[in-house]
Amino acid sequence: MNAAMASNSSGGGSDRQRIAQQRLRIIAGHLRRPVDVDSTILAAECKAQDSKTDVSSEGKTVPRRRQEIMKWNGWGYSDTKFLFNKKGQAEFTGKRYKLSGMIMPALKDWLEDTFGTNLQHKSPATPILTSSAVQPPTLNEAFVEELKSTGIPFSHDAEDRVFRAHGHCLHEIFALREGKVGRVPDLVVWPNCHNDVVRIVELACKHNVCLIPYGGGTSVSSGLECPPEETRSIVSLDTSQMSRILWIDEKNLTAHMEAGIVGQDLERLLNESGYCTGHEPDSMEFSSLGGWVATRASGMKKNIYGNIEDLVIRVKMVTPQGVIEKSCLGPRMSTGPDIHHFIMGSEGTLGVVTEVTMKIRPMPEYQKYGSVVFPNFEQGVACLREVAKQRCAPASIRLMDNEQFKFGHALKPQVSSMFTSFLDGLKTFYITKFKGFDPNCLCVATLLFEGHREKVLQHEKQVYDIAAQFGGLAAGEDNGQRGYMLTFVIAYLRDLGMDYYVIGESFETSVPWDRVLDICRNVKLRIIQECKDKGVQFQPLASCRATQTYDSGACVYFYFAFNYRGLSDPVHVFEEVEHAAREEILANGGSLSHHHGVGKLRKEWMREAVSNVGMGMLKSVKDYVDPNNIFGNRNLL
Amino acid sequence: MASKPTVKWGFNLAILFCDIFSPIQSLLSNRHFQRDPMLKKRDDFEDVLEERRNSSDLRYALRCYTPVLYKGVPPCKSSMLKSMVLQSDQLHYVISQVSKETGRKTDEVQEEASAILDEMAHCQQLSTVRFFAFTLSKVFKSLFRSICVNEEGIQRLQQAIQEHPVVLLPSHRSYMDFLLMSYLLYTYDLTLPVIAAGMDFMGMKFVGEMLRMSGAFFIRRSFGGDKLYWAVFSEYVKTMLKNGFAPVEFFLEGTRSRTSKSLTPKLGLLNIAMDPFLKGEVFDVSVVPVSISYERILEETLYARELLGIPKPKESTSGLFKARKVLSEDYGSIHVYFGQPVSVRSLAEGRVNRRQFNLVPRHIPGKPGEDIHSFVNDSAYKLVRAQEENMVLKPWVLLASLLLQNQAAGPKEGLPLDELTAQAVWLRDLSRQYGAFLHWPDQMTPSEVVSSSLSLHRGLVRICEGKVQLAPEDPHSAATPEEKLLNQAVIVLSCASYRNQALHVFLRPALLASAIHTEVFNSFSFLRNMFSNEFILCPGATVQDFEEASYLLVKTGAVQVSQQEVVVTEGGHRTLAFLIAMLDPFLQGYQVVCRFLCEEATETLTEKQFIPAVRKFIIKHLLAGGLRYAEVLSSDLQKNSLAAFLRLGAVQKIKGYVGFDHLECLVGPPSRAQNTTL
Repeated sequence: MNAAMASNSSGGGSDRQRIAQQRLRIIAGHLRRPVDVDSTILAAECKAQDSKTDVSSEGKTVPRRRQEIMKWNGWGYSDTKFLFNKKGQAEFTGKRYKLSGMIMPALKDWLEDTFGTNLQHKSPATPILTSSAVQPPTLNEAFVEELKSTGIPFSHDAEDRVFRAHGHCLHEIFALREGKVGRVPDLVVWPNCHNDVVRIVELACKHNVCLIPYGGGTSVSSGLECPPEETRSIVSLDTSQMSRILWIDEKNLTAHMEAGIVGQDLERLLNESGYCTGHEPDSMEFSSLGGWVATRASGMKKNIYGNIEDLVIRVKMVTPQGVIEKSCLGPRMSTGPDIHHFIMGSEGTLGVVTEVTMKIRPMPEYQKYGSVVFPNFEQGVACLREVAKQRCAPASIRLMDNEQFKFGHALKPQVSSMFTSFLDGLKTFYITKFKGFDPNCLCVATLLFEGHREKVLQHEKQVYDIAAQFGGLAAGEDNGQRGYMLTFVIAYLRDLGMDYYVIGESFETSVPWDRVLDICRNVKLRIIQECKDKGVQFQPLASCRATQTYDSGACVYFYFAFNYRGLSDPVHVFEEVEHAAREEILANGGSLSHHHGVGKLRKEWMREAVSNVGMGMLKSVKDYVDPNNIFGNRNLL
Repeated sequence: MASKPTVKWGFNLAILFCDIFSPIQSLLSNRHFQRDPMLKKRDDFEDVLEERRNSSDLRYALRCYTPVLYKGVPPCKSSMLKSMVLQSDQLHYVISQVSKETGRKTDEVQEEASAILDEMAHCQQLSTVRFFAFTLSKVFKSLFRSICVNEEGIQRLQQAIQEHPVVLLPSHRSYMDFLLMSYLLYTYDLTLPVIAAGMDFMGMKFVGEMLRMSGAFFIRRSFGGDKLYWAVFSEYVKTMLKNGFAPVEFFLEGTRSRTSKSLTPKLGLLNIAMDPFLKGEVFDVSVVPVSISYERILEETLYARELLGIPKPKESTSGLFKARKVLSEDYGSIHVYFGQPVSVRSLAEGRVNRRQFNLVPRHIPGKPGEDIHSFVNDSAYKLVRAQEENMVLKPWVLLASLLLQNQAAGPKEGLPLDELTAQAVWLRDLSRQYGAFLHWPDQMTPSEVVSSSLSLHRGLVRICEGKVQLAPEDPHSAATPEEKLLNQAVIVLSCASYRNQALHVFLRPALLASAIHTEVFNSFSFLRNMFSNEFILCPGATVQDFEEASYLLVKTGAVQVSQQEVVVTEGGHRTLAFLIAMLDPFLQGYQVVCRFLCEEATETLTEKQFIPAVRKFIIKHLLAGGLRYAEVLSSDLQKNSLAAFLRLGAVQKIKGYVGFDHLECLVGPPSRAQNTTL
């Protein structure tokens, strides 16, 4: 990047406005309302209590039959995927994303170089779900009878049930691609409002039926997996139809929502009124408000807006013992341990979150992306640490390691003009030759600034000044923006990998500053070593990035993938490696989870994470709230 | 030692020796033995001197030296290394702590730290290394017939150096060891190690600096509770390791073994070396045990004299030149075996919970917990065992064992040469079955092998009328019976130091053989426990050792195991007699020390008085003919036995115990006068 480029990236307000608007359009683009062609099931429209002030009764993105717009055995929308076209070039289909419809010429080579894949060797997924693979439902007849009389829609269609039997762990998707289906819910029910949920929970208690709440289905902790040992009828309680914003309070800057609303709808609808929550987890296209609360989610712009626990004012949760809620909207209380903290992170073991009051903010006047290239990861981490120390982190700051930097490059779309490609060449030359950065060491931080225009520019300068102290070079807005865009498409890329014998996963942790470098190095090396020991024939990809900064530490995200050709039980090997990687994280001072949650995948470490007494506390809460284990997904404890 | 502790001993011997025969049920298990020493795969050797004899030493010393590096990290200038150490959080913390405690100014403490570092630090220079490469080539060629190295081991080491920080752990039998190590690494174009050396070398003005420039760094033999010294020292070692600047080399045994038995490992430096892994600062550390076996040890009789308490001058450069006559002799060959690199990570797998280090900032020094201590201790034993197992044994080692046993058997005039040869062949086969790494030249006839061995060690044996006996070259020069005894003892101890090289092969079966006529397992485990200061016996491995011993004895047909009984077979008596005789000097030695404590030392005695007093007692009994083994005069045995009695609670330390500080445990006894033979 030369000086001209750098100055260009900090000037030209209309450009930035345009980009900011474009970004909003991207998100809005995902939100075309699908036609809700409903089935045989009777749907009785139900209005929530405060329906008078209902801000929007329209704009549901998620239909009851998710399969109409989403893949049953992969990530995201059915119309969107990576594939290799007839010319052997990678292409991203659909129209939903900025990258949609584009060709990525470098992706093929990157795949081949990184994983040793070969386009001749395909491992395609089973195209359609055969109903015979799904066990017939075990129905609790009495429960079903009474449920019918309430008029709440439900289904025991095989596809509906399979859809709600999994999240997006590798082993879950891998099994689906092979057409294998384990224990699935016996019934799916779609409550339309809080009162519906109250009725369903009452019935479940009465008939001893197991309830598993389902929000956006983006769990990566085996949280949605049905316990195979469960003998009762399992009912999946899908909150997707409870997606209204019930009111907005502009005086106090709060909004009250039903918990089934997914992130993109929430932001879009609030934006229409000039507000936002600012809570943007990477899964925000699909994940739901209730799910965020139940897993203690974190959003990429938490530096400005806070994590879910900072955003929530009041929560309503339906439990077998009744409804738990606070009696006022005061901004902070000293009323014993905060009962919200029993709810946040309870992962569906205590009840169903039905409504949430949340802080909102006026939409930012100005938004600007940025990026910085560092000669190596160590310098990058040092810079992030300094930024955190000075408490001047932008809305988002993320540091990708060299592997991810290269991966980002592989996803660069075909350049349209000679001029752009010439400029790219110049940038590369400047950084690697003139500045002496080793292309196999350098790494990139992506930035997102938000707020008043003047302040953003000031802030930007401050951050770039700090970066310069650590050898960082400003690398332009495009790189930054592409970095964030990748967040949304990377999950699609896993499906492409799986078409070519590559399996992978991401996992996260949080760790004190002084251990960030150690944990990154050790976990990556552990992954490589374990793969070797377990007989993986190809060098795995082990990559990481620091995605959040805090006063005392950072959140680190790992990506891990390998080519499994030649392995008889790739998923088992994969799980062993993932297990070893988590052990390594814990040994190096990392937490069990920063925001993905524990689910069933990380349950075995829970006791050590919170101590025996801590475990006892959580257990006794569970025993009181749900003595018959109606919320029997067996997560967490 | 900084301050001489006056330690007094009280004792209670009743519990000793009566336990041996306590009738408890035999525990011989019929478990399946998976370990067969016969199956040990070892690499072949190549002689590095061969090329030296055929090409220019000068060209060799000046050749292009481009070692492979750990992750491509170039070696670090010593000034840079020093400033990294001085600027480390660890040192800052300790400096401010010391300054708070003593009321001294931080700057002052900082300066002291800097001075300590200057005294300690190496300043490796390629030119000095080249100088050594040249001179040592000359010296080695004149001293040794060959220096044989397993090149596969070198290749493994080269690989290890690129992957992880490396710790080299050579066995320590001679001053030669670390020069030899650096020489070999230079020869094979590997990164030169930095070597932890005892401060006593520093006494030799010129040589000390030369060694420093070849990569040695110097540690005080003991530094009591000197926090600052410890902090500087440990940070210095860790900085080198963590950054992978160079392999760190030190001697696990702490000091040169005067007896050729492996010494109980010292844990201090190993603790430091493992710390960066345990605290997650590096992914792994590779530890490479190296076994250096000398066919003839340069310091042979010096060691024997030292063990007998015959005093010697302190190291001095002039002493070095006097030792020049050594150069004219033939010291046979050296075998250096670079063992399989051991990953600290895999050692710690399932043993250490590394999470314990996550709750306190890592720059705050803390005493390792019990679990860490026992982990490091077990690892240290494993590593010393690995050294032992790859020690090359020469035929002479077997001959020395046989001659010593023959001498102890009675006042005969030596062993007939043909009988010795026959016995040696028998022992060769036995030791091979036991998995010994024996270097017996199979292309020669047994009698050729025996006579060439005897001629190399002609200083220790005499052949008179076809009979071989252990004797000094000039047996008639001694005047008094005591002098005569001591002269004989020098020969016996020298000879024993060769026999000791094979001890680890026979030790476990010998313990079993000595226990066989009693309640086998209990006696075995008692003997094993008692001798655990004397020999390398991994803590907590009694059952494995017992199984290994039974397995070997059963496999070679010496015993049969039926139900609950161990029976010696017809043909097994010879083996058993040999094994028992192997251990007997030690058993007798411990008994004599015991008797001394009972009979002579009725009152408490100080640690200082102990050795002279027990020596006098033993000489008396030897002269009176009540004791057959002159090797009992070894102060090593006497110290070990006392330590064992102390550990077993038969003896007590009373009054002012000045605890062994870390360094003491690490580099060995400080007060021992040492002579140089270089």
